[in-house]
Amino acid sequence: MTIEPLNETPSQTAGPYVHIGTLPSVAGLNVRTQEKLDVAAPANAAGERIFIEGTVRDGAGSLVVDAVLELWQADSKGKLPGFWGRAATDFKTGLYRFETVKPGKVAGAPDAPFVTLLLFARGLNIHLHTRMYFADEKDANAADPTLKAVGDPALAATLIGARSTESGKTVYRFDIVLQGDGETVFFDI
Amino acid sequence: MSNTEYYRRDRKWHPAPIVPNYKSTVLRNPQRPLLSLPQSAVDMASPVFGQAKLDPLDHDLILNYGTGAEAVGERIVVHGRVLDQNARPVPGALIEIWQANAGGRYRHVRDGYLAAIDPNFGGCGRVLTDAEGKYAFRTIKPGPYPFRNNGSDWRPAHIHISIFGAAFAQRLITQFYFEGDPLIAKCPIVNTIADAAAIDMLVAKLDLENQGPYDHLTYRFDIVLRGRRSTFFENRPEGN
Repeated sequence: MTIEPLNETPSQTAGPYVHIGTLPSVAGLNVRTQEKLDVAAPANAAGERIFIEGTVRDGAGSLVVDAVLELWQADSKGKLPGFWGRAATDFKTGLYRFETVKPGKVAGAPDAPFVTLLLFARGLNIHLHTRMYFADEKDANAADPTLKAVGDPALAATLIGARSTESGKTVYRFDIVLQGDGETVFFDI
Repeated sequence: MSNTEYYRRDRKWHPAPIVPNYKSTVLRNPQRPLLSLPQSAVDMASPVFGQAKLDPLDHDLILNYGTGAEAVGERIVVHGRVLDQNARPVPGALIEIWQANAGGRYRHVRDGYLAAIDPNFGGCGRVLTDAEGKYAFRTIKPGPYPFRNNGSDWRPAHIHISIFGAAFAQRLITQFYFEGDPLIAKCPIVNTIADAAAIDMLVAKLDLENQGPYDHLTYRFDIVLRGRRSTFFENRPEGN
C-alpha cells in the first residue's frame, strides 16, 4: 500500500532571544525562577554527581555567547527516560554548565555511556546534535559504534569530555567548535 | 529497533545551514557533512512534561506577566494541532513560545531596539497539547523589527515556537508568521528555506470563523513532527 507521510514542519533559527521562552531568568525575566534547568538530575538521583561545562566557538574562533544547549541522557543505571536539562552560554564568559549524574550504559544498546546535546543559537537554522562521551570510559568508548563510525581518532576526540577534579567536584570539559579547526562532529539522526 | 525508528529528516525541506544572505549562518555552521547515525534508544525517549509544572496563565501572554494589567496590542488567539507525519495527534507535547511585543521589542537584556517596553508584557508562554494534539494560546500580535543584516533587514511579525514530542528525535524549534504579511517574502531568515510550500507551512492562517467578536482575531497554525515508521503489522489497511 502507498504511504505518503506529511511533511515535517520546517525548522527556523531560535534566534538571539531564545532565552525568553526557554530560560527566562537568563533573559532578565523574573518568571519561573523556581526552575533550575541546568541541574538535570535531581539531588537525590543515584550515581556519580558530575558537572559538564565548556564553551561554544564559531568559525572565527569567537565565543558564541547566545547559545542554548539541551542535555538528554539515561540515568546512572542506563534507564530511560533519564534526565533532561537546559543551559545557556554565559553572555560574558561564554561558558555553559550542567550539573547531572554520570549516565550508565543503556541495557541492550551497543553504545558507551554518553549524553546527547542539542545546540540552538542565532544563525543555526536547524539545531545541531552531538554527543559527549566520557574520557574515563576508554574500553566502552573503544567498542562504541558511533565513535567507530566517526573513524578518524582526531574527529572522535571532539566527542570526548575530559575529566578533572575542581574543588572536590568532578567536571567534564566539553568545548564545542561549530566550524573549522577542531570542528565538533555533529549528527543527522 | 529498526522498524520503529522515526522518519529521517528531509534536510532539503528544512532550511539550508549556510545561507550567506542571512549572515549569522556563515561562521556558525559545520563545514563537514553531518554524520548519519542509526537512531538510538536515547533518541526514541523524551522528557515528559506534565500539567503540574504549568501555571494557569502560561498560555495567556496578555496577562501572564503578572502585573494584573493587560498587554498592549492587537489581540490574537493562535490555535492548531500537533500531528506526526502519519497524521496521528501528538498528545502531551510541550509547546513553548516567545515573541516581541506589539512594537517589535523583546523583553530581553540584550535587545536595545528603540520600541518601548510594554510594562505588562513578558513575551513567553507555554502550553501542552490535549489528547487530540490540540493547543491554543492568547497573545498580542508581535510587531516587525529590523536586524543587522545587509545593513538593515526586517523580520516579519513572528512567534518562536519550541516543541517536545514523544521522542527527542522529534525535537523542533521554529517560527511562524502571519498570513498576508508582505515582509515574509523579503526576510533572509525565512528564505533560508528553498521550497515555497515549506515556507507556507510556517504561515499561520487567519481563521475568521473563530474570531472573538469585538475582542480578537484568531490564527490557525498546525505543526507536524517527525513520524514513527510503521511496523510491518501496522501496515494492514485496517490498522493504519
